[in-house]
Amino acid sequence: MTKTIVVTSGKGGVGKTTTSASIATGLAKRGFKTVVIDFDVGLRNLDLIMGCERRVVYDLVNLVNQEASLHQTLIKDKRIENLYILPASQTRDKDALTIEGIARVMHKLKKSDFDYIICDSPAGIEKGAKMALYFADEAIVTTNPEVSSVRDSDRILGILQSESKRSKMNEEPVKEHLLITRYNPSRVKDGQMLSVDDIVDLLAIPLLGIIPESPSVLDCSNAGKPVILDDESEAGQAYSDAIDRLLGESKPHRFMEAPKKGLLSRLFG
Amino acid sequence: MGFFRFFRSNKEDASAKVAKDRLQVLIAHERTGRDGPDYLPMLKQDILDVIKKYVAVGDDAVSVQLDSQDDCDVLELNITLSEDSTPATQPSVDAKRRAMERRQAAAKVT
Ligand SMILES: Nc1ncnc2c1ncn2[C@@H]1O[C@H](COP(=O)(O)OP(=O)(O)OP(=O)(O)O)[C@@H](O)[C@H]1O
Ligand SMILES: [Mg+2]
Repeated sequence: MTKTIVVTSGKGGVGKTTTSASIATGLAKRGFKTVVIDFDVGLRNLDLIMGCERRVVYDLVNLVNQEASLHQTLIKDKRIENLYILPASQTRDKDALTIEGIARVMHKLKKSDFDYIICDSPAGIEKGAKMALYFADEAIVTTNPEVSSVRDSDRILGILQSESKRSKMNEEPVKEHLLITRYNPSRVKDGQMLSVDDIVDLLAIPLLGIIPESPSVLDCSNAGKPVILDDESEAGQAYSDAIDRLLGESKPHRFMEAPKKGLLSRLFG
Repeated sequence: MGFFRFFRSNKEDASAKVAKDRLQVLIAHERTGRDGPDYLPMLKQDILDVIKKYVAVGDDAVSVQLDSQDDCDVLELNITLSEDSTPATQPSVDAKRRAMERRQAAAKVT
């Protein structure tokens, strides 16, 4: 059975693409045949984060318009077996996609025995974002510890509950996961930033993981490597934990505590 | 910064606390808008208008929420009058007009 997971947020720049790349890579590393689709038509970026930008020939819009076959459009990852990237178009806009066209693509992917389809949503709550979440079985709601991000996440939850295919067909609702990214424990400790508990309390959906703010995310995107492949980094480890939880394992949450500071740095830091 | 923050009590001016309180109100409000029946926003506005005829309150004084309990729906109505919400000292334009009409009508009878 193929599982379709959308990575969504409403607000822009919270870490959807970073998350999509790492979640897809993590699932493929565990042996699942996985494809990650860039739904951000017009603002393609996933290819850069995955490090396959020079291998893009055809894109999602070509596939939807039946100008290229699935086989021609999918880019096979060079590092990880079982991992494929379906890039967005850079030259078209979001209106180039239709539900019927996406439905055809989803059907083909299911027939090709993919275990997971990860959909990297564009920002906003417009057509592009709705298209990305329409076919979802599960949703990873990516949220930063910050007021506008939390509010937008709540709006996106409303849309998942009323405009996804599952809701329209009266099927079992989309399974929701909260992923808090760019978390900064020392600012939480100082009372400047919403805490994990605050956000879970407000959004009231199960917590999949906490990804700390980490310089390695930038280093990895510079190199075109999903951060989950960086075992040394806290963000990479946190994404690995999230994969375990996604697969049903229960794991304690890490990276919630600020590193202990000495007296001097507490006074002057 | 660090130096001063060390001596300040964390809790009092913690901005995260303010953020959470604001979000709690806002999210509850927006959920009502999207989950409730279509007439809820209008009902809320009408109630607010009535209240405003008697008491000076802000636009956020009224909250309505529809909850389902077992086999019946409960319409929960919350009206907050802040400490300083005095009786509407300035009657609304509407109220003024109605009062005037009433007086004129009374004057005609006599
Ligand atoms: N855990 C993290 N630590 C530090 N930086 C991060 C983290 N996660 C994401 N970033 C940075 O935040 C920025 C936005 O990330 P990303 O592109 O993944 O967001 P997005 O939600 O996909 O944005 P958009 O809405 O534009 O598609 C990038 O510069 C990325 O490097
Ligand atoms: Mg993105």
